[in-house]
Amino acid sequence: MAVREANVRRVVTSDHVVGWAFASPAVLLIIVFGLVPIVWSALLSFQKTNLLSPPHWVGLANYRALPNDPLFEQAMVHSAIYTVLFVPFSVAGGLLTAVALNRPVRGIRIYRTAVFVPVVVSTIATVIIFLWVFDPNFGLANWLLGKVGLGPFAFFTSSNGALYSIVAMTVWGWIGFNVIVYLAALQGIPRELVEAAEIDGAGTWGIFRNVTIPLLGPVTLFLVVWSSINALQLFDEVYLATNGGPGTATYVPVLYLYKLAFQGGIAGYAAAIAYVLFAVILVLTIVQLLIGKRMVHYAP
Amino acid sequence: MSEIQTIELAARAAEEPTAEPKGGRFLFSSWHLVLIPIAVVMVIPLVWMVVTSLQTLEETRHYPPTLVPTSLQFRNYTDVLQQAPFARWFVNTLLVTLACVVGNLLFCSLAGYAFARIRFFGREVAFILILATLMVPFQVVIIPTFLIVRSFHLIDTLGALILPNLVGAFGIFMLRQFFRTLPVELEEAARIDGASRLGILFKIVLPLSGPALATLAVITFMWTWNDFLWPLITIYNSNNMTIQLGLATFQGAHQSNTNLLMAANVMSMLPVLLLFFFAQRYFIRGIATTGLKG
Repeated sequence: MAVREANVRRVVTSDHVVGWAFASPAVLLIIVFGLVPIVWSALLSFQKTNLLSPPHWVGLANYRALPNDPLFEQAMVHSAIYTVLFVPFSVAGGLLTAVALNRPVRGIRIYRTAVFVPVVVSTIATVIIFLWVFDPNFGLANWLLGKVGLGPFAFFTSSNGALYSIVAMTVWGWIGFNVIVYLAALQGIPRELVEAAEIDGAGTWGIFRNVTIPLLGPVTLFLVVWSSINALQLFDEVYLATNGGPGTATYVPVLYLYKLAFQGGIAGYAAAIAYVLFAVILVLTIVQLLIGKRMVHYAP
Repeated sequence: MSEIQTIELAARAAEEPTAEPKGGRFLFSSWHLVLIPIAVVMVIPLVWMVVTSLQTLEETRHYPPTLVPTSLQFRNYTDVLQQAPFARWFVNTLLVTLACVVGNLLFCSLAGYAFARIRFFGREVAFILILATLMVPFQVVIIPTFLIVRSFHLIDTLGALILPNLVGAFGIFMLRQFFRTLPVELEEAARIDGASRLGILFKIVLPLSGPALATLAVITFMWTWNDFLWPLITIYNSNNMTIQLGLATFQGAHQSNTNLLMAANVMSMLPVLLLFFFAQRYFIRGIATTGLKG
């Protein structure tokens, strides 16, 4: 008996059993809500289904239909324009803001808090604020711009300006994130390097251009990749601020697939859009990393 | 530089910003000319929200905008509470957020510890599969996730918001990385003394992991509290809504009552703002963690 008990005990306390006992709740949840959906989504993209009646297989038909869908094309174009504007503004803006916030001046704590706060404001709250600030009739933005002789603008209600208004709003909401990451990286730059450059006679701009920027290369690369991924996944802000409008002026891929799947009952086609978007994100990320690898020098 | 060091620097950067100049020197620096406009642009929308939330409806419908309200209409806030079940939405969001924070702390700790310290069959494969889910955007899997949650009969319940978010791959990864930086000797000594793995985790490892756990808790809180797309898809009944979804429906119904809308907006962000001011360090750490691990 004693031997058997000891054997049972050894099995129960063996690393395999304990390891799986610890990991299994998390692994199980991630399989059900993480891995299964990835595979299922791929299967859906080869099916015709409205999420209610049983699906049937259509092969590649969903993917073949994509190039002939003008709304999909528009969504991709808007997404490209948005990404090309959002990424440089939020990354370069984040860098310049972080450099300014890294100076030892009075009240720096207040400045930092001012820049960080929008990061914790939810997207819906951000949208409600900007719909009001950008209100064509009573908004603060038109009044302030009018003071310097600009406008008035229709902002979200103009088919030419809506996408740019969304860029401005999302840069406001996101820039604090980039600033925090850049600030952390700036703190990591060795003082000796900056002092050595000063002794060699480099000015503020020279140090920024030849010391700071190269040393921030890896972080910049990360922020470009991360901001691009988020830009291509844009949904909340568009859904809440314009719902794709006016007309289809701000249709983006995730909004389109949301409408198709959950309002139109065309889930298979929506899943195909999701996978194409995923492929675009993946390819863009790989390209950025490859280009970055050649440009960025990692510190020893 | 190691990841942990960098994150420490980030946290410190937020805490004690580059030593403000002592004494009366440098009262004014030319950097203020850069910093003031930036701060103004960042803060104006928020200030304008608060100002509008205290105006009368007539004042909001006036051009040029009413910069200083004639009287502070605090009743806008009580009006909002009467016109929409905001209290209910708060309670719902709080329940969901707390459940997700507790779930992530518990399950990510257990799994993170197993992946960091215990050698068990299939460990590497399981860990790689978990990391793989981090690469796939949520939008790609949203339709099947909806179908799975529906098959559990959880649609239009708080369970739909809790169950899929009880554990996150990010939290497992973060805690695993953190646990691996702790000295293993303490644990080995405890094992020789006959302590169980569970005992070691709860009595030795977790007490040493305060900052990492706080960071995970704060990040999970912010993500859950501010989540919009998933509640939008899974919740229909007003009684089951979270604050973000409720706010969106309130916006749809009160588009012209800007003052009430702004009051509702202020209330919706108070909990996260309070948390931000009291736990700023962990927010910064969390963001630096997501930002610098790349």
